[in-house]
Amino acid sequence: MSSTAPNNDAKRYVVARKDEIAEGGRIIVKVEDQEVGIYRLNGKFHAILNRCPHLKGPLCLGGVVSEVYSPMPGDIRGNPSKLFVTCPWHNWEFDVDTGQSYWSARGPRARLFPVEIEHGDEVTAELESGSVGRVPGPYKAEVVPVSLEADYLVLTMRGIPRS
Amino acid sequence: MESAVAYIGAKPRPSTWAGPIIDCDVHACVPSINAVLKYQPPLWVETTRERAWKGPSTASIYPPNAETSVRSEWRPESGVAASDVSMLQKHILDLTRSEYAILNCYYAVESLRHPDWAAVLASSVNDWLIENWLEKDSRLRASIVIPGRDPLAAAREIDRVGSHPGFVQVLLPVRSERPYGHRYFWPMFEAMVRHDLVAGIHWGGQTDGAPSPTGWASWHAEEMAAETQVFASQMTSLILEGVFQKFPQLRVSMLEGGFTWLPTWGWNLNKKWKGLRREVPWVNRLPTEIIREHIRFSAVPIDMGPPAHMRKIIEWLESDDMLMFATDYPHLHDDDMDDLLAVMPESMRANVMSETARRWYRL
Repeated sequence: MSSTAPNNDAKRYVVARKDEIAEGGRIIVKVEDQEVGIYRLNGKFHAILNRCPHLKGPLCLGGVVSEVYSPMPGDIRGNPSKLFVTCPWHNWEFDVDTGQSYWSARGPRARLFPVEIEHGDEVTAELESGSVGRVPGPYKAEVVPVSLEADYLVLTMRGIPRS
Repeated sequence: MESAVAYIGAKPRPSTWAGPIIDCDVHACVPSINAVLKYQPPLWVETTRERAWKGPSTASIYPPNAETSVRSEWRPESGVAASDVSMLQKHILDLTRSEYAILNCYYAVESLRHPDWAAVLASSVNDWLIENWLEKDSRLRASIVIPGRDPLAAAREIDRVGSHPGFVQVLLPVRSERPYGHRYFWPMFEAMVRHDLVAGIHWGGQTDGAPSPTGWASWHAEEMAAETQVFASQMTSLILEGVFQKFPQLRVSMLEGGFTWLPTWGWNLNKKWKGLRREVPWVNRLPTEIIREHIRFSAVPIDMGPPAHMRKIIEWLESDDMLMFATDYPHLHDDDMDDLLAVMPESMRANVMSETARRWYRL
């Protein structure tokens, strides 16, 4: 890894090539000793710690669902633009944009990280200067290779929580 | 008559409580069909005679000679217990010095399948209650009796007598044809809200449903114990069907269903809701929050366990505004109210003995 900064300083990692994740898809990458789910949902990328804030279940192995709400019995409404990840253990819903649990604004929040799209030449420069690290996905043998032509997803992690 | 009030520890009142008392569940029993025929149109009086019908029977759920049905001290020398206001006055009101008592007349109207006749029967019971009870003692309030198999007819009956100041509640036997949360019943709840009446879900019910959620009990003892589960089922139905979102003013009392089960059942409901709420999206907050706002429980039966455990259950209610004192006259419960008062925080005692019921029933 490129940085020796303390744990609560932001660190940036190249985690995948942008076209590796199709719309609606998700991969899980391992950054240091943490697993992070990278999602592409409605054209946007989201990074969510694969650990449910409720009982530490593998949050990113659950589903992605849209908002269902109702002002009154018999009037069920859906909002496809608002998405939630659901934990496979207890099916709690967490807002992919805020991490907030649907059932309680005061309840525990899913941990989100910023993820940005950067072009290959930019990433290459950053890798060379050491300001960005790169990580192997847990399901891949090799470190993310970077070429000048492609777009990459760069994850920023700060204050990585302990397992 | 010391022994007549053993339900509160063989004393006229709980000895540790000197303040006001409101008794949220006492019974009026129709002594025979003849008592209510005078309130029915001639056609139905004739129908009753043609068929030699003796009226509904409550014997299967209140076996007439069982102590649990009528405490022996409260059995009249002749006739039916709790069938006249003078008995209630002598046995309970004058001794407890209750400020108010709420009469529930369970007459098994729903055991009569004829929809028009059942509606007439319910009306006649309500008129009997007004003339022979409500107008005889200003301490009394009552629940409206309805034809429970026909929610539209029930709503009409609620509209007919709902503005009478003596009626504060509608009696819903806990065993019903289907769970009370179903939309089928909503016209009935709408009528209750229209008249600012409480829905009083009370022990009993003689529709075809079994007295436990799994089937028919072999024994009376089993039925007595199992019926608590039906209270839990009805409460769950009301909450998950969204009755309290549809009728935000609705108040529900759970009468004679106990309360010790409530904290753990509430945890169960909360947990299921957190993970499965997408299916019932109108339920927009924790079920236990809905319960605290919309439901109260009679403190009968107490189902008293060891005091240290009871103290925990009271604490787990997370509200001192949840329970309401009741004698359930003339039925027998072995509970001693003093034991329950002893494990409550001071702030809760006045609520349980009178103030929660006073607010709930707007007394």
